[in-house]
Amino acid sequence: MPKTLYDKLWESHLVAHREDGAALIYIDRHLLHEVTSPQAFSGLKEAGLQPWRVSPNIATPDHNVPTVKRELGIQGIEDEISRIQVKTLDDNCRKFAIPEFTLEDIRQGIVHIVGPEQGATLPGMTVVCGDSHTSTHGAFAALAQGIGTSEVEHVLATQCLLQKKAKNMAVQVDGSLNTGVFSKDLILAIIRQIGTDGGTGHVIEYRGEAIRNLSMEARMTVCNMAIESGARAGMMAFDQTTFDYLQGRPYAPKKEEWESALDVWQDLASDDGSVFDAQCSIDAGDIRPQISWGTSPEMVVDVEERIPDPKQSGSSADLHTRALDYMGLEPGQPITSVYLDRVFIGSCTNARIEDLRIAAKVVKGRKKAKNIRQAMVVPGSGLVKQQAEEEGLHSIFLDAGFEWRAPGCSMCLAMNADKLGNRERCASTSNRNFEGRQGYGGRTHLVSPAMAAMAAVVGHFADVRELLQ
Amino acid sequence: MRPFTVVSGVALPFYQANVDTDAIIPSRAIREVSKQGLGRFLFANLRYLPGDEIVHPDFVLNRPEYAEACILIGGSNFGCGSSREHAVWALADYGFRAIIAPGFGAIFFRNCINNGLLPAQVTEAQAQELAEGARKEPIKYQLTVNLKTQEIALPSKKVIPFSIDADAQQQLLRGADPIDMTLETVGEDILAFEQKDRKNRPWLHSNPE
Repeated sequence: MPKTLYDKLWESHLVAHREDGAALIYIDRHLLHEVTSPQAFSGLKEAGLQPWRVSPNIATPDHNVPTVKRELGIQGIEDEISRIQVKTLDDNCRKFAIPEFTLEDIRQGIVHIVGPEQGATLPGMTVVCGDSHTSTHGAFAALAQGIGTSEVEHVLATQCLLQKKAKNMAVQVDGSLNTGVFSKDLILAIIRQIGTDGGTGHVIEYRGEAIRNLSMEARMTVCNMAIESGARAGMMAFDQTTFDYLQGRPYAPKKEEWESALDVWQDLASDDGSVFDAQCSIDAGDIRPQISWGTSPEMVVDVEERIPDPKQSGSSADLHTRALDYMGLEPGQPITSVYLDRVFIGSCTNARIEDLRIAAKVVKGRKKAKNIRQAMVVPGSGLVKQQAEEEGLHSIFLDAGFEWRAPGCSMCLAMNADKLGNRERCASTSNRNFEGRQGYGGRTHLVSPAMAAMAAVVGHFADVRELLQ
Repeated sequence: MRPFTVVSGVALPFYQANVDTDAIIPSRAIREVSKQGLGRFLFANLRYLPGDEIVHPDFVLNRPEYAEACILIGGSNFGCGSSREHAVWALADYGFRAIIAPGFGAIFFRNCINNGLLPAQVTEAQAQELAEGARKEPIKYQLTVNLKTQEIALPSKKVIPFSIDADAQQQLLRGADPIDMTLETVGEDILAFEQKDRKNRPWLHSNPE
């Protein structure tokens, strides 16, 4: 019987079936950061346990780190509670001999950018992290899932995760993306179509011509937001693009091991004739630049559209009314008439080198609009930052009046000092437009890096295709 | 972990779709390294005026009739978004023992089970009915949730069934520690898996341990 990619990954990691219907699956890679690990390490210590294995674990601080004064290391964290949290990660990693890219290490960065960049995320792996955007790593034909802190402790102690098998869902993306339309627009369009709980109970495989034509970085942007449609994980088949990206990365296998890994990885795709429990399809050629208008990632319009009228939203009318009220928007208003206060280019969704290149291309030779109080670029890792600086991208941003920061999660979730003020409006390349996500009362619009850059130089939303064509 | 058998008490109507874990506890409140005392920050952005000190009198959780609430009636996709277990720690620390909703975020669901908080799934119509009841007569509307029989008893004596996966039900009923269970029951299986895997995928085992 033909098997889906998820079936194969599940079966190849199955350790045991329990009588109550749950299963234990083996975990190959465990990524850790400062926010969701301290209580897990405390639990381990209280129980007198040691990690089952050390080498599958890699840690880096990201959520709570400052994006300025990094030359001061941990002492540069002004907030004492945050400093203790980052120091606790350092202490735990030292105690349990877990490799950590600390604040001083150039490899430090957002955990979902660091893992792939190091080749620590490999095809055929099961990957977990105490962070919902772990779905990112599914771009490598891996089963990658976000978990809670109790599960972090369980994985540390047993190298296994307890769960039931999810259902299979296929999102078929045919055609090809037009100039000025990016993988961020694609995933926003998918979430808009299937809804924030459209993937609940399922693992989504993104497939089709348009997916095959995406770079690894663009694929990661798509899988990153699988969780925003409620899916347990998102994934894509292994192919030449995966191979080319991984070859030579520090944690990737070498020589004979690389050859034998390839033999296994070649099979990491759904078999012809695989049956999916749910399916949907979308034509990439129909997708226009997307902008979220509300407080859920499914509340999205095309750049040419107007803010929807809750009277036409059926059973979602109340939710839409509340969202419009929070966002300070009027039904029927063209989305391009929305002016911004801040622009944030960063996050595990869009802070890789290709994201920064496209944003720089839009910004080059232009200036930040007068009404934009702040346009901030936060590279996803120290290595992304270094690469961007070698290419001179930082100068393009700085010349245009943007700020060039040090790597971390930053304004995606408002844990460090980078936050929106009450009622401030932001064009953001991050993944969540929830109420208060970027700061109390902050108003988030999710967009691609190109659209964020365009908004920064124009001052309001505008169609980046006009500039890029 | 405290076992869950039967819980009775006041129900808080919070019937909204897509209540995310950022709403349940905002990021500024998850900087601590402990699980304790997070109840103070439960729904902080809705519950307090900016500054987390002055309470918002209109917010449902602040109304005196719901002061003793231990059951929350939520909407679909409750607990979606961020994996932060702090959301469950905050709910439990505040005093909630059960969340009744038409659906849950998957990570939030597991986090509930691992902390003895019951996520009971009902239909959309049933959640709406329960929320309506809790809104109309807050104090009188006491619910009794029985995990073994998977039933919610209403003040009217009406009984609404709920669903939950068998493994989750067992873990809650026993209050068992999942790590102990795994090590005791399948410790040998893990070793056997690893032995086989070292041959099949040596590149994942070649790093020094």
